[in-house]
Amino acid sequence: MTQLALVIDLDVCVGCHACVTSCKEWNTSGEAGSLADLMPYGRDPSGTFFNRVQTFEVGQYPDTQTVHFPKSCLHCEDPPCVPVCPTGASYKRAEDGIVLVDYDKCIGCKYCAWACPYGARELDAKRKVMTKCTLCVDRIYDKSIPERERKPACVNACPTSARLFGDVHDPESEVSKAIRERGGYTLMPEWKTRPANHYLPRREAAPCDLPSPSSSSPR
Amino acid sequence: MRPAFSVVFLTTLIGAGQGLFLALLMVEWAARLSQAPVPAGFLAHGSIVAVLLCCGGLAASFFHLGRPGRAWRAAAMWRTSWLSREVIALPAFIALCMAYGIAHGRGAGIAVFLGAAALAACAALFVCTSMIYACIRFLQEWSSPFTFVNFVLMGCASGFTLAAALAAREASTLVTPFRYGAIILALAALASRAASLVRNARLVPRSTTQSAIGARSAQAVQKSRGFTGGSFNTREFFHGVSGRGLAGVLALFMLLAFVVPLAMLAMAGEDSRTLLALAFAVQYAGLLAERWYFLADARHPQNLYYQSVA
Repeated sequence: MTQLALVIDLDVCVGCHACVTSCKEWNTSGEAGSLADLMPYGRDPSGTFFNRVQTFEVGQYPDTQTVHFPKSCLHCEDPPCVPVCPTGASYKRAEDGIVLVDYDKCIGCKYCAWACPYGARELDAKRKVMTKCTLCVDRIYDKSIPERERKPACVNACPTSARLFGDVHDPESEVSKAIRERGGYTLMPEWKTRPANHYLPRREAAPCDLPSPSSSSPR
Repeated sequence: MRPAFSVVFLTTLIGAGQGLFLALLMVEWAARLSQAPVPAGFLAHGSIVAVLLCCGGLAASFFHLGRPGRAWRAAAMWRTSWLSREVIALPAFIALCMAYGIAHGRGAGIAVFLGAAALAACAALFVCTSMIYACIRFLQEWSSPFTFVNFVLMGCASGFTLAAALAAREASTLVTPFRYGAIILALAALASRAASLVRNARLVPRSTTQSAIGARSAQAVQKSRGFTGGSFNTREFFHGVSGRGLAGVLALFMLLAFVVPLAMLAMAGEDSRTLLALAFAVQYAGLLAERWYFLADARHPQNLYYQSVA
């Protein structure tokens, strides 16, 4: 069975937010209608985004690293958001494992958002239905787009190639190899949601000539 | 979590309605067992009040929806979703309780069977309503048998208080049994709610910033959530009330839902119409605060991703 997913390399993400803006640009222009963008130039702008880049400081000073951390729906293999949906609007596609919302069936009860530990779902303030990352399902199969661009918008936009896209169930795919070779991991494994998206940890910093306060590098 | 008032009203109103129905059924069964006359008129009127309360709850639930016009779709996924099951159980209970009341009003013998069927729907509704919260395993404050026990006991306590208030108007001999029932249930609810508060205070969140981003270091702090404006994530999952404010709501509901109505119920006599009506009003207000607190109390793991603006 195919399970499409993103594999995000935290070693090369520079936190530029190009994936955030390209995601919003693509998904606000689709057939499902625009995503809310309330008071974009006002004092308190608010809008729907399927993808965010966050920044964490990891490690004990002075041995700290700034980790830029892109976050979107993880397309869990056991998604807790799907069985709770009362209408069947939330579903996981059998053919490629993408977790989607049928916007025409959603009643906007927000129960799926409560049932997602990652905060991956946002109720669109204008459309009044739940929205989330679709892995650009309206793009990756579109034959009118050149084949090499049939990837999620965030993947195409990433200037450092920190975002890989592919089938994590195919052991020979680029993403599966990256997970294997780089020790790819999933988020909040304690809830057994089995996210399809994986993250690649920081690599050990190579020694250089400068005296270093410590040789160990935090992830 | 940010408490939704639609949910606060839904769960408290149907809880009181279910409790009232159970109080009526208890009286009917006790009368039948002791071969005493069944107070059919009172049972009919009481059932209508229970139906009205549940209809009020149902109406409140529509305000929770982004697209209320599509609410009919919510019955579809009863195989997997407790919310869907509740959407079926609530109208079923309303219909059966209504039929039960009408049967008593007309003196129809079928009332016995309708009572049993409504009891089954009532029990199913309690299970569905509480499992909506208890089944989300990572909302650790909700994911406990206490959720079910508290919903049942608090619903029944308020229902019995209301039954006593109604009986004072038209069936004064029933006031005392309802009053005793309400006192026992309120004490049980108080004990169970206090136990759940102790449990929740001791909970250690299983998710940490480390597990949220996969950091191995003991130190991991968010420096930016990635945007300065608001979003669904920053609104829906934070109640925005200070620790002192929360403690105030806790004290308020302990007082209004339990202490004050218990004192009123203890003081009331068979003809204390006003006092018993007031006891229900105060207890219901207290249960609104209790349900608000219950919803606010849950710490959603997604909040780990929204710790710092910039």
